[in-house]
Amino acid sequence: MVEHRPWLTFLTHATLLLGMVIIIFPIYVTFVASTHTLEEIATRFPLLPGSHLVENYIRALSLGPRDVGSTVGQMMLNSLIMALGITFGKITISLLAAFAIVYFKFRFRLFFFWLIFITLMLPVEVRILPTYKVAADLKILNSYTGLILPLIASATATFLFRQFFMTVPDELCEALRIDGGGPIRFFFDILLPMSRTSIAALFVILFIYGWNQYLWPLLITTHESYYTVLIGIKRMLDVGEGQAEWHIIMASTMLAMIPPVLVVIFMQKQFIRGMTETEK
Amino acid sequence: MAQVILKNVTKKFGKTEVIHGVSCDIRDGEFIVILGPSGCGKSTLLRMVAGLEEVTTGDVLIGDRVVNRLEPAERDIAMVFQNYALYPHMTVYNNMAYGLRIRGMEKREIEDRVLRAARILELSELLQRKPRELSGGQRQRVAMGRCIVRQPKVFLFDEPLSNLDAKLRVQMRLEIRKLHEDLKVTSIYVTHDQVEAMTLGDRLIVMDQGYAAQIGTPLEVYEKPASTFVAGFIGSPSMNFLAVRLSADGRRIEHSGITGLSLAEGGNSGHGGEEVVLGIRPEHFEFTPEQEAVMRLHVDHAEILGADTLVYGHFGEDKTSLTIRLPAVHHLDKNTILPLRALSKNLHLFEKENGRRIPLSVS
Repeated sequence: MVEHRPWLTFLTHATLLLGMVIIIFPIYVTFVASTHTLEEIATRFPLLPGSHLVENYIRALSLGPRDVGSTVGQMMLNSLIMALGITFGKITISLLAAFAIVYFKFRFRLFFFWLIFITLMLPVEVRILPTYKVAADLKILNSYTGLILPLIASATATFLFRQFFMTVPDELCEALRIDGGGPIRFFFDILLPMSRTSIAALFVILFIYGWNQYLWPLLITTHESYYTVLIGIKRMLDVGEGQAEWHIIMASTMLAMIPPVLVVIFMQKQFIRGMTETEK
Repeated sequence: MAQVILKNVTKKFGKTEVIHGVSCDIRDGEFIVILGPSGCGKSTLLRMVAGLEEVTTGDVLIGDRVVNRLEPAERDIAMVFQNYALYPHMTVYNNMAYGLRIRGMEKREIEDRVLRAARILELSELLQRKPRELSGGQRQRVAMGRCIVRQPKVFLFDEPLSNLDAKLRVQMRLEIRKLHEDLKVTSIYVTHDQVEAMTLGDRLIVMDQGYAAQIGTPLEVYEKPASTFVAGFIGSPSMNFLAVRLSADGRRIEHSGITGLSLAEGGNSGHGGEEVVLGIRPEHFEFTPEQEAVMRLHVDHAEILGADTLVYGHFGEDKTSLTIRLPAVHHLDKNTILPLRALSKNLHLFEKENGRRIPLSVS
């Protein structure tokens, strides 16, 4: 659309700027709080960053707050392992599931597809009790396996890949058969490289999904060494009568935000490509 | 190189039979074109030779082997698809080399073959490009290159030119013909374009609803079509079909608008007095002086194409419509009356019920 209305331009920019301010303000407050000592925040909340930035962050990363028993560094590592585990697990499983559903004829194929599809309607929260019971019986509470495995199946991703595979022309598969390749070659040499952009887009979404998992880790991690960073922050607040260490909590929050932001920044290009175009 | 033999091949999808028994011996090095309208089963037939569809009954032989139960890769064939089916993420070089790599060929041999094929097809400059960076004609050539490097016994083409524009199609047609003359590999080529069929094929298989309506050289098919279907399908504009009666001795045509039109070689006395279908191609009418005319055409309208003129009109009491093609340019007004004649040797007779050709000169 080509329009030349100065007022409209001004108005849209103003709206956008206002939106930005609303979103950025809490983050700014968090940042400011993470650069002061506890006393400074507790007495009169400052508006400008203070001088304790390095000190606070180092303490969060290496020592951790009181009473939690784990450092933010360890928590972030746990979060990273969990997020990556969920991401790669989900992508692998849904690629294979979609491959089977689209390219192989087997009994009850449609039934299985709908079964997967129906699980879309059941988020973690709904099936949390049985899942917990299973995890407990398998003795995977307080372990990385326990953090990752129950969240590893994804109907959404399976569905996405199925839709993508269905747009791949059948002739490619036939050309490969004539060239002498089997299903495994077709999967690794043709489908996988062709799905590259979709995989990248999913990676971004799933990584953030995994990183932000809250309820499940909260339930199954009781041991400090398996706390993810979100759980850690929650635990920092549980101080009962005492004074929460807000400056450390804020520093941890800032740190917790970094990895998803980095993933988005570095994979933005692939993400947009994956969402908008398909390679054909 | 090898011969391909189809022995009474049929194909059923579920309960519907789509190929009703096609037999054909394709000689070593021959270029066979399977021609037919869409839905006649021509692609299915090709895919059965390729091994992409199972043969329901009958046998497909390549060389001397029955290949019914072999995977496509084991049949020693190569195929060009309508949409080219190039691997989109691979370079031109890799597209051609991929099949050879799967077969575990030595790297140097692969390079040798790919470069040679690229030279033949003038792709040498494009080897590092991806398919999406190529034009339609170039993609088509890569698809052919992928076949050539394999040095298979049989080439299969599934409407390879139908995605190209008209000019490129003519050019690629010539290139395919030239390639075949150089390599002399047995080829089976599916198309619905009769010009491609006539120019490329050593022989044609004209398909109609799952049957091979006629198998013969392009000229045979044009000059002696086996049925009204073949006669109507080959030739453009298509043949005129007129409902007429044969005279009692089977030598002359009787129709309200036709006078003095006799059949070649004594006609066919066996069908004397019967209602038959007379076929005359538009290009086989001639202008003639009034007294020699066998029919008089009332012009409805004329299309001037430059090289020739198509005239649409009607004649006779029942206003039978007729299309004729006259060489050169003619400016004809509506309702002009054209005296015409057609040579006896260019007349075709078909049975009224089943459209089968009635042979002439059977004494």
